[in-house]
Amino acid sequence: MAYYETTQDYINHHLTNARMCSTDEGIVFNKACEDVGFWVWHIDTIGWSAFIGISFLFLFWRVGKKATTGVPTKTQAFVEMVVEFVDDSVKSSFHGSSKLIAPLALTIFVWVLLMNLTDLLPVDLFPWIAGMIGQYGFGMDPKDVYMKIVPTTDINTTFALSIGVFILIIFYSLKIKGIKGFTKELTMQPLNHWAFIPFNFVIETVTLLARPLSLSLRLFGNLYASELIFILIATIGYLQLPLHFAWSVFHILVLPLQAFIFMMLTIVYLSLACEEH
Amino acid sequence: MNFNATLIGQLIAFTVFVAFCMKYVWPPIIAAIEERQKKIADGLAASERAEKDLELAQSSVTDKLREAKDEASKIIDQAKRRASQIIDDETQRGHTERENIIAQGYAEIEAEKNRVKEDLRKQVAVLAISGAQKILAREIDAQAHSDIVEKLVAEL
Repeated sequence: MAYYETTQDYINHHLTNARMCSTDEGIVFNKACEDVGFWVWHIDTIGWSAFIGISFLFLFWRVGKKATTGVPTKTQAFVEMVVEFVDDSVKSSFHGSSKLIAPLALTIFVWVLLMNLTDLLPVDLFPWIAGMIGQYGFGMDPKDVYMKIVPTTDINTTFALSIGVFILIIFYSLKIKGIKGFTKELTMQPLNHWAFIPFNFVIETVTLLARPLSLSLRLFGNLYASELIFILIATIGYLQLPLHFAWSVFHILVLPLQAFIFMMLTIVYLSLACEEH
Repeated sequence: MNFNATLIGQLIAFTVFVAFCMKYVWPPIIAAIEERQKKIADGLAASERAEKDLELAQSSVTDKLREAKDEASKIIDQAKRRASQIIDDETQRGHTERENIIAQGYAEIEAEKNRVKEDLRKQVAVLAISGAQKILAREIDAQAHSDIVEKLVAEL
């Protein structure tokens, strides 16, 4: 709170991503990017999510490379537990055969879970470290150094995930049902009569589009709200300590649940896409 | 709620992660898990088989044991029979031997008796002759009467 004149400044600062963009003056950061429009990169979101994803994949890759079919090491047992959990979830909901679904579900579950878990880190810690580095390393005003570490509180991340899933839904729909079957599904349901084709089309399109939208907005909404509450709690002085504790404990439940829901719905949507009528 | 190029960056990262996971992470881990599951299933099946084998072996052991006992008792019976036979035979042989020895003894005794008798007879004859000589010395010539003495000796 030290640098900020008002609580609003503090909250705004903590809810703003570190931005980077390329203008006529070269590569610039943060406030200079405000009028650039689309081509702005949230470097904290990209950096943290890439770091988390690469760490998780590296760990799993190393375990997979050294995997023994005999007595496993503790790390291997842990990794296998996660993999089996995802595999069971996939097998219980997805009845087609696909080499993509299970690794996709694993990547989504673990990546989203780890990105969510960064929400439990103290809200001031990384902005403060970044501010120090900016102030003493580059002579910047610490108020102009932004660092929002939870990638899933950035709507770009959640939409990137759901758009990826959406592309796969379309791909599998076309692959399994063919263009004809997919068109038929969009126009001949729920009322199977030629006169209702426009009506059906509108309804089915909305259904189709609602899936990725709800997927990403659910995750974003939950995480953004929880981050916001963490920041609000951080503004109320010493009383924040028990409140932080309570809110963190609650989020030990919420954060894995959100990751699980995202994975489970992905599997369900893809299994619906693969189902023949 | 500001969409920007981050979306593209995250989409690329997501695609790369999923592709990497699909190619290098998932297959070895799931292969290891399935291999181990197969091993465990095989192990369980083997242990079940071993249990059945053990049961079979136990019943065959019981059979063998019973057979062995039968055989042993048969052998013991045979041995007893043979032993009693041997004892009978030996007893028989002993009896025969004894009788033989006794018979031999008798024969020897008989022979000795005969010999002694002969000796006695001869000595008696000599005594008789010498007695007769003494009696007849005065009146009979030994030469003239020896045929009578001889006859006498033969009668003894």
